[in-house]
Amino acid sequence: MLAAIAWRNLWRNKLRSSVIFASITIGIIGAVITDGFMAGMTDQRADAAIANEVSNIQIHNPEYLLNQEIKYTIPDAEGMVTKIRGLSEVKGVSLRLKINAMAASANAGAGINLYGVQPDAERKVSNLHNLLVSGVYLKNDQRFPAVIGQKLAKKLNIGVGDKLIVTLTDTTGTITSGAYNVVGIYKTANDIFDESHVFVKRSDLSKLVGFPDTTGDEIAILLTNNEQTQQVVDKLNKLFAPMVKQKAILIQSWEQIQPLIKSMIDMMDYFSYLFLLIILAALAFAIINTMLMSVMERTREFGMLMALGMNRRKIFTMILTETIFLSIIGALLGLGISILIVNYYATHGFDLSSVARGMNYLGYSAQIFFRVNSQFYIMSMVLVVIIAMLSGISPAMKALKLQPATAIRENN
Amino acid sequence: MSIIKAEGIYKTYNETHVPVNALNGVDLQIEQGEFTAIVGPSGSGKTTLLNIIGGLDLPSKGNIFIEQTNLKDLSSKQLIDFRLHHIGFVFQAYNLIPVLTAKENTEFIMVLQKRPKKEREEKVKELLEAVGIGDKANHRPGQLSGGQQQRVAVARALASQPKYIIADEPTANLDSKSTHELLDLMADMNKKYQTTFIFATHDQRVMDKARRIVTLDDGKITSDETFDR
Repeated sequence: MLAAIAWRNLWRNKLRSSVIFASITIGIIGAVITDGFMAGMTDQRADAAIANEVSNIQIHNPEYLLNQEIKYTIPDAEGMVTKIRGLSEVKGVSLRLKINAMAASANAGAGINLYGVQPDAERKVSNLHNLLVSGVYLKNDQRFPAVIGQKLAKKLNIGVGDKLIVTLTDTTGTITSGAYNVVGIYKTANDIFDESHVFVKRSDLSKLVGFPDTTGDEIAILLTNNEQTQQVVDKLNKLFAPMVKQKAILIQSWEQIQPLIKSMIDMMDYFSYLFLLIILAALAFAIINTMLMSVMERTREFGMLMALGMNRRKIFTMILTETIFLSIIGALLGLGISILIVNYYATHGFDLSSVARGMNYLGYSAQIFFRVNSQFYIMSMVLVVIIAMLSGISPAMKALKLQPATAIRENN
Repeated sequence: MSIIKAEGIYKTYNETHVPVNALNGVDLQIEQGEFTAIVGPSGSGKTTLLNIIGGLDLPSKGNIFIEQTNLKDLSSKQLIDFRLHHIGFVFQAYNLIPVLTAKENTEFIMVLQKRPKKEREEKVKELLEAVGIGDKANHRPGQLSGGQQQRVAVARALASQPKYIIADEPTANLDSKSTHELLDLMADMNKKYQTTFIFATHDQRVMDKARRIVTLDDGKITSDETFDR
């Protein structure tokens, strides 16, 4: 019966209760949408980084990572690729020859990362072939093809069909140049990537630097499920244990290769909860105020209940139950509306094209697809109820201090 | 044996640091089945005495026994429990829980007493019929007249099966017709259930019904008369 009284008490002053419902609802919507936006943005960045830039796992010669010199290749790279392909979690493996180079057109020059890839294998680990804005992707039968980013194309003022001259240091330490035909131009959401990554056939690049075609200094691995990244890293460390032990290779997850993205994700999570807590702290004062008003208006009623023999614990419970009902209704309304909004923007995307240049420069897409994990919804609900309970304590304690003999004669 | 025995009751309030003596040595015994009015001018101490008899307040000096129990010996928690099981209340106003129906208000006290649902339902039905509100069992207080609300309050007081019922100015907000009906009802209940009723009042109509009138003045009993009615 206590719960029934508490529930009905909520509706005694409909306007006042509605104001609190609205406050909690709007607060929750604000927190969830902010989380949806931020999580969507960082997750998209992480997804794009995995799909277009780093894949899930990369293997290098550790010396290469320190010096970026082409002599630090991966020993028995082809053999490793064959073994990795045999793992059930692996979607694709690509052996790359990655070299720092200078790119030049007739008009300008720029420093680039030149990637020699095997086109069919690369298609399985990278999504770049789907992000072409003009031309085609690398094919085995093309002569010295190159695929470049739109940003670089603009910088060098070249397009499909134009020549791209690359200058690099070969295996003998001699500076050498090669000419490539631009066959395709891609565009990701990351301007910096687009400005600095050029893809050519590995066979062409190997020939230019004086390597056999089986040589590579980077193995990129894409998995069917991102969640399995660490598990597969561990598996590979076991599989190639002798080489790992000898420090001939280093196996890294995308989080280790791009720690900034990982820390961005963690930071966004932290900010989402911080924002939620700030909103809830503000709501706590609104709840305290409402419940205090409600308790003070009912001084005589509490006096009567105490006189009749309702003990203080029950009165405390009743007031706290009212507060919890108040918060649960507000939280459910807030979560319901938030889910609708998040689902809408998760499907249609939130358009930030007005600031697309800035977003792309930072590596973020201008179309944000909201994402909220169920844990955040549950935590919002739990935190609202906890905050409401804490807020209800002070008004409830005030009611407990009443003396029945005097409370029953209060003029309110 | 007396159901209530007040021995040398003094009550001093220290409001604004100036002691106010509300009761100055009251001795009073009330027997089972009495229909007693405590009367006196405003400030005579009748509400204070009623609060002490009702276990809502404790005397500064003296003892108040309810049968064998000295209320001064009870902790505040025990006192609340004692009121729940042994004392019924009818107040002047704000008697009922506004969000509960007449039926639920009557049942509420038995819920606090943790009595079984079946027993509660039977008792509520019987009592609401007895106080003449059977057809308004599902009305909330706001949908009932002042007289009807006081009838529900009487039903609730009886529902707890108390040793006695304290009624503080129960007719103060009622018109003449409702006052007579309520007093007749309480007199009937007094006879039917042998429940002791103790009123604090300065309503002549209540005094006319009372079989014992205890008059207080300046915190002392100045007269104690019984009537054969």
